[in-house]
Amino acid sequence: MSKKVSRVSEWIFWRLPVDKVWKEHLSEYFAPKNFNFWYYFGSLALLILVIQLVTGVVLTMFYKPDAALAFDSVEYIMRDVNWGWLIRYMHSTGASAFFIVVYLHMFRGLLYGSFKKPRELVWIFGMLIYLCLMAESFMGYLLPWGQMSYWAAQVIISLFGAIPYFGEDLAQWIRGDYVISDATLNRFFAFHVIAVPLALIALIYLHVVALHKVGSNNPEGVEIKDNKDSDGVPVDGIPFHPYYTVKDILGVGVFLLVFSVILFYMPEMGGFFLERENFIPADTMTTPEHIVPVWYFTPFYAILRAVPYKVGGVLALGCAVLILFLLPWLDRSNIKSIRYRSKAFKYALSLFVISFIVLGYLGTQPATPVAVIFARIFTVIYFGFFLLMPFYTRNEKATGEIPEHLTCDPPLDEVIREKHWPDAKRKFLEYSVMKEVKTESGKVYKIPVLNFDALLTRVKERFSSTGNKSQK
Amino acid sequence: MSDDAVDTGRRRVLTVATSVVGAIGAGFVAVPFLSAMQPSARTRAAGAPVEIDISKLEDGQLIRVEWRGKPVWILRRSQQALADLPTLDGSLSDPESIESLQPEGATNLLRSIKPDIFVALGVCTHLGCSPTYRPEVAPADLGSKWKGGFFCACHGSRFDLAGRVYKGVPAPTNLQIPPHRYVGDHRIIVGEESNKEIG
Repeated sequence: MSKKVSRVSEWIFWRLPVDKVWKEHLSEYFAPKNFNFWYYFGSLALLILVIQLVTGVVLTMFYKPDAALAFDSVEYIMRDVNWGWLIRYMHSTGASAFFIVVYLHMFRGLLYGSFKKPRELVWIFGMLIYLCLMAESFMGYLLPWGQMSYWAAQVIISLFGAIPYFGEDLAQWIRGDYVISDATLNRFFAFHVIAVPLALIALIYLHVVALHKVGSNNPEGVEIKDNKDSDGVPVDGIPFHPYYTVKDILGVGVFLLVFSVILFYMPEMGGFFLERENFIPADTMTTPEHIVPVWYFTPFYAILRAVPYKVGGVLALGCAVLILFLLPWLDRSNIKSIRYRSKAFKYALSLFVISFIVLGYLGTQPATPVAVIFARIFTVIYFGFFLLMPFYTRNEKATGEIPEHLTCDPPLDEVIREKHWPDAKRKFLEYSVMKEVKTESGKVYKIPVLNFDALLTRVKERFSSTGNKSQK
Repeated sequence: MSDDAVDTGRRRVLTVATSVVGAIGAGFVAVPFLSAMQPSARTRAAGAPVEIDISKLEDGQLIRVEWRGKPVWILRRSQQALADLPTLDGSLSDPESIESLQPEGATNLLRSIKPDIFVALGVCTHLGCSPTYRPEVAPADLGSKWKGGFFCACHGSRFDLAGRVYKGVPAPTNLQIPPHRYVGDHRIIVGEESNKEIG
């Protein structure tokens, strides 16, 4: 039986390099052995992509991309299609989950300097994926043809109209009409279902291939490919499969747990994932009182509103997204991991995170004068993080010694004495003396060596004392 | 096969020439695809004019009609409102509507063909929301200087009762006035070239 299987696989592998791809990207792709929590989000993003593709295909079987029918067809899915509500909510919750995971994935890149040489292209492809995701979710949000779908699309497409000279023509070309209409809905459907997902998959392929060429970064910022053994395998690397596939399965389990709780108990997430206004059919004659994009766009929306001029606001919004592309060149320091970066960078990164969250919150609120002032302050901080980066990262001094390897570099005796060894082994240390040992690289370690004399004396003492006892 | 050495110069000329021809061809092929996304003939034809009866319109009353999928407002302004308009000039960014779009017949300070009847496109010039009609004088949320006008809740733009934009708001220009003309005294056709100003 197994012989037959192997003959079949041989037949296939001779014609199609399945085994080679499997080895190159999984069983013999060596990833650093110290991946932590932050390294779950790449594979989770891939999982969500699959969820979105599968649920999306089912939704297209019932959805009608027609201004007169779209809203009702979504309600039809929600009420009459078998499990339609589940599949639709999976898709809408999946969209928000996608952004949560991608934002955390990008933040990981900031934390550990994963955008830096030699991974600039990995970062650029990642940013392109992010842009595609924005387009994908924006166009998807128009499809239910609710009030918020309609007016959010109206506002976002009008952004293009602010471009001098050809902006209005461009906006009209995007809409295919003088206003958002059936034509717009129909083409957004086409883009959402075919064009953008294809681009997304192509970009993800490039993202992964570019990553696997240069190898993964890690929380220590060590280039594991600089330290290979005689077989050409990085000493500090472990095969992605099975080590990280198993690790990621745990991540998948926890993610699905959280995802299910949201899906079953709060699929609208209090108006953050699906806005209330969107349960009213699109009305071209009245704008809802308070227009807000979905949460993942609100930081940029707050930046748009912070600028009191039309063109300026649109420009600021565009730059806020595009400036991320320049990150590998704005950061002048070659220290990768946050663990060894200067205080200046740590403060700057903290301020950036705060400004992103505050802007995100402000974007969900009405544009009152006070909110606008805060939005302006945090917009300045947001841009300050990037524009001042060349200055505060130039001549950056590492805090602590940056390790060259991931293996066995902390002083062994300290590790042992503090917490890592259980009591039995600590006992061993009582009878040890510290001895200095020089490694090949010239580093000097103190390691404990068993002191037989001390042990012998102790045993004798013990023996004699019990002997005394028995004599009494 | 000749034994001569490869003529790389010639080879490069051929490579460049075929690439350029190919690129031009691709450019031409792109035209139908890009052009297909422009408004179709049916969409263009759908921009037909709309006729509205305004005989029952009272002072301060605003009606909305749909023209080319956009809201068009028709408002009868009171004598008081008309008298208030010039007093606002100082706080507006384009009081004489030089930067703004209006048909020839409505190129005046009141931005209308007939002084009291105001016709405007109800689409904010900022990002396309439809502003709210706020006729009341000095409401709490809009301040004591408010003489009635239009407020866009999306991004806080303000316009007066002639659709003229206030200073310091995101909207860059006054509300657009669509082409319209009168048929007799009580009928307006929106979407056709305007007739001259009617005093």
